[in-house]
Amino acid sequence: MHFTINGQKYEADVDVRTSLLDLLREHLGLTGSKKGCDHGQCGACTVLVNGRRINSCLTLAVMHEDDEVTTIEGLGTPDKLHPLQAAFVKHDGFQCGYCTPGQICSAAGMLDEAKKGWPSHVSERLEGEVELTDAEISERMSGNLCRCSAYPNIVDAIREVAGEDA
Amino acid sequence: MADQEQRPTRDRLTVLDRAVQHVLGKGVDRTDGPAKVTGEARYAFEVPADDALYGCLVTATIGAGRVEAMDCKAAEAVPGVVAVITDDPRLPADMVTSMQAPDAWRLGHDIHFFGQALGVVVAESWEAAREGAARVAVRYAVGEGRFDPDLAAPDEEVPATAFVPPIHKDDFDDAWLNAEFQYDETFSTPIHFPAAMEPHATLAVWDGDALTVHSSLQSMAGSAKAIASALDIDVERVRTLSPFVGGGFGGKTSVGSEAIYAAIAARETGRPVKVIQSRRQIAYGVHHRPATRQRVRIATDRNGRIVALGHNNATVQRDGRNFVEPVHFGTIHLYGGAARSLTTSLSRANHPTSGAVRSPGEASGTMALEVAMDEAAERLGLDPIEFRRRNEPQVSPTNGKPFGTRKLLQCYDEGASAFGWNRRNPNPGQQREGDWLIGMGMAAAVRGNFTVEARATVRLETDGSATVETDMTDIGTGTYTILMQIVAEALGLPAEQVKVVIGDSDLPASAGSGGSFGAGSSTSAAALACEQIAQTIAAKMGAARENLTLQDGHAIAENRRVPLTEILGGEAVEAEGHAKAGDHTSAHVSSSYGAHFAEVAVNAVTGEVRVRRMLGVFDVGRVLNRKTARSQLLGGMVWGIGSMLHEDAIIDKRTGQFVNPDFGEYHVAAHADAPPIEVRFIEEIDDLANEAGAKGVGELGNSGAGAAVANAIYNATGVRVRDFPVTLDKLLAGLPPV
Repeated sequence: MHFTINGQKYEADVDVRTSLLDLLREHLGLTGSKKGCDHGQCGACTVLVNGRRINSCLTLAVMHEDDEVTTIEGLGTPDKLHPLQAAFVKHDGFQCGYCTPGQICSAAGMLDEAKKGWPSHVSERLEGEVELTDAEISERMSGNLCRCSAYPNIVDAIREVAGEDA
Repeated sequence: MADQEQRPTRDRLTVLDRAVQHVLGKGVDRTDGPAKVTGEARYAFEVPADDALYGCLVTATIGAGRVEAMDCKAAEAVPGVVAVITDDPRLPADMVTSMQAPDAWRLGHDIHFFGQALGVVVAESWEAAREGAARVAVRYAVGEGRFDPDLAAPDEEVPATAFVPPIHKDDFDDAWLNAEFQYDETFSTPIHFPAAMEPHATLAVWDGDALTVHSSLQSMAGSAKAIASALDIDVERVRTLSPFVGGGFGGKTSVGSEAIYAAIAARETGRPVKVIQSRRQIAYGVHHRPATRQRVRIATDRNGRIVALGHNNATVQRDGRNFVEPVHFGTIHLYGGAARSLTTSLSRANHPTSGAVRSPGEASGTMALEVAMDEAAERLGLDPIEFRRRNEPQVSPTNGKPFGTRKLLQCYDEGASAFGWNRRNPNPGQQREGDWLIGMGMAAAVRGNFTVEARATVRLETDGSATVETDMTDIGTGTYTILMQIVAEALGLPAEQVKVVIGDSDLPASAGSGGSFGAGSSTSAAALACEQIAQTIAAKMGAARENLTLQDGHAIAENRRVPLTEILGGEAVEAEGHAKAGDHTSAHVSSSYGAHFAEVAVNAVTGEVRVRRMLGVFDVGRVLNRKTARSQLLGGMVWGIGSMLHEDAIIDKRTGQFVNPDFGEYHVAAHADAPPIEVRFIEEIDDLANEAGAKGVGELGNSGAGAAVANAIYNATGVRVRDFPVTLDKLLAGLPPV
C-alpha cells in the first residue's frame, strides 16, 4: 500500500482490519492523532484526507491507497506553528491536550468548508457566503469533544484565525 | 529542610511575598502548549518500545455469578496471538489502589459486576489481540444480582471513620419541629462517568526485576505503591511515568487494571506489552460517580435565618470497596444553622466500583442543596442571594472554627452586578422571547481545600538557570506552567530559565493531582526549596536574608547587584522543599468559594434548554496563573451544564450493564452546549492555606454550576425538577400554554 502523509511518501503492509488511525499511530509512529473512543464519537482522531476532515478511526487503511493525508504533524512544529496551533496556545484552547490535534485538524477542515460556502445546521441560508459566527463555529466543531471543556477558548482561537483569513 | 509547621501564623512573610519578578499569577501561555498542539507530546500508549506486544482485555458479560470455565483454544489459534492469560491469581477485576488491600480487586472467578476484567489476550498486533479476546469462550453460572438498589432504604449507616463523617449537632428534630418555616424535598442524581478523553492505557516494560509502567495516571508515588501491591512485588522495583496525561477527573487516581495485565503479560512473554481499555471497557473498569438520593431539610425563623439544616443522603458502592461518595461534604461549612443533621448512607449493589470523580461530594451534593436553597428562598419570599446572605456564617457552623479567606459574599455581589441579576424577574415563567422562555439562576460554589504532603527539589545551576523536580503530574491543570512561575518568581529568573521535570515516580514524592490539592501542595514545596536557596545566596552575599532581592538573574543586596552565575562561582545550589499540613491546618476551615450565574432559554414548545451565558466569580486564594486557572474554572462550569442537562449513565436493572457506556449515548457537553462564559476572581492570598497562599481550583467550577442552570430553568418555566438531569421530558408537562 502507498500513502502520502504530510507530503511524504509511505509504503506499508497493512492488515485489512487496520484503521487509518492505527496505521498512523502504531505503524508509522505518527502518534499526534489520538484514539479517544475508536468509534467516531469523539473526534480526537480527526485528520484531513485529500483536504477533507475525517474520523480516522472509522475508516480502514486499505481504503486509502494513494490518498493524501494531513495529520497534526503536517500542520506545524513547535518551532513553526500553524496559525491555528499558535491561536490554540494563545487562547488556552486545551488543557490536557489529548483532543487538541483532532480539534485543530477539524478546525482546519471546517474553515475550508466554510470558505466554500457549505451551510451548517444553524446557517440561516443554504447558499451564499458563510459568516462564521460563534454559533456557526460551535455547531461545526461539535463533532470534537473536549472533556476539559475548553470550548469557549477553542472558539476564541478559531474565530481569530478565521478573521485573519477573511 | 524547610518545614511549614514552623511558621503557622498568618503574618509570616514567604519567599513569594519578597519576590519581585512579577511572573507568578500572570496569564502566561502553557509551557507544554507547543508540544500539545503539534502532537509531539507523547501519552502513555505512544511511547516507542521495540518489539512490543498488544494486549486486549477479556471482560465479563454477566452482572453477577461465577465463571465456570474459560475456553481459550480458539483465541490461542488466532494468527499472531502469543499468550492468553486468565489464571494468574493477581489478575484484577478493576482498578487497583494503594488505599485498599488487593482483595478489593482480586475477585477470581466470582463476578461482582458486568464488565469485570477476567483476562488478557496478547498478540503481535492490536487487531489479532482484539480478535483473540472476542474468541475467549466463557461459561458462566449466572447469579442473582442486586442491580437496582433502593436508595430510600439504604443498607448501611456510614461510620464516623469515613472520609466525611456524619454530623449531628444540637437537637435537629426539636429545632425542625419548632421552626417557623420548613422546607423538605428529596432529590436524585445519576451516575456520572469521569470520561477523560485519553483512555486508560499502559505500556509495561521489564528490565530484569525492574518494572517501568508508562501509564495514564494522576499520581506517581501512590500509583507505584498500588502497582507493587497488585503484583506482590517490592515498590522499589516499580517506576511509573506519566509526563503527559490526557485528562483524569478522578478516574486516574487509581491505576487502571490494564496496567497490571500489561505488567503480568510482559513478565510472562518477556517483551514490552501495551494494553489500552476500549471506551466501553472504561465505563466498567474505571470508577464512576455513583447515583445519590438526597433529602434536604431547611428550617428557618421568621426572618429566614436557618435554625436547622438537614442533608441526609444515600449512595451506592459495590461489595468490597470502601469509598463512599461524601455527598454532604459541601454542606458542612457553607450555611449557618445551629442544629445540623448531615449524613450519607450506603446501599451495596452489583455495580462497577464507584469512586471520586471531579468534585466528589460537592458535585452531586450542590445539585440538591443549591436548588433547595433557591426553592426555600422563593417560598420565604426572599431573593436567593439575600437568603444566602442572611445565612452566611462568621465561623464554621459545624465545628466553630474560624475560616481562612472566605470571600463568598463578595462573589455574590460582584457576580450579581456583572451579570445583571437585578433584571431577573422573581416570578417564574414571565419572560418570553418568541418561542423561548428566558430565566436566570444562581448558586454558590464551595470546595474544601487541603494541603497534602509534597516534596520538590530545586537546583540553581551554575549557568543561572533552575530545574525543579517533583513527581507531580500535569493532567491539563497547568502544573508545568505554574511550577515554572513559582520558581521563576521566587528565584528572580526569567521564565525560559526554569526547567520543570515531573511525571516520574523516581522524583521527590508529591501528592499527585486530585482533590484540587496538587497545585497548592506542589508549588508550596517548590517555594520552600527556593527559600532555602535564597538563604544560601544571601549568605554568599554576606547579606541578611530579608535584605536580599532576586530579580532577572541577579542578586541584589547591600548596594550590590551581582549576577547569580558570579555568586554561584561554578557551584550549583540544590534544596528540597517539604510542604505538609501544619498545626494551623486543623485550627481553621479552608475552602475555595464562588458564585455561579446562568441565563437559560427554554423552548416553550419542545422543552429544549439552551444555556445562553454564564458568569462565575471565585475566591481561590492566590491565583497562580490567571489563564490556566480561568480555563479550569470555565471547564468546570461546562461540566456543571453537562451534569444538569445531559450526563446520565443508566444501568439496565435486569442485567447490570450500562445502557450507554460510550460517547454515542452518554452525552458530555459538546461545543454547541457551551455558551459564552465569564470567569472573575476575587483574589486574596490565603496565608493559612499553604506556603503558596493558593486554594484549590480544579473542582470548584463544577461545584454549584449545575444548580445555577437548574434554578435558571425554574425561573424561565416555573417547573421545578428534582430528579436530575433536567431533560425536556421532565419539563414538557409543566410548560405554560404555547
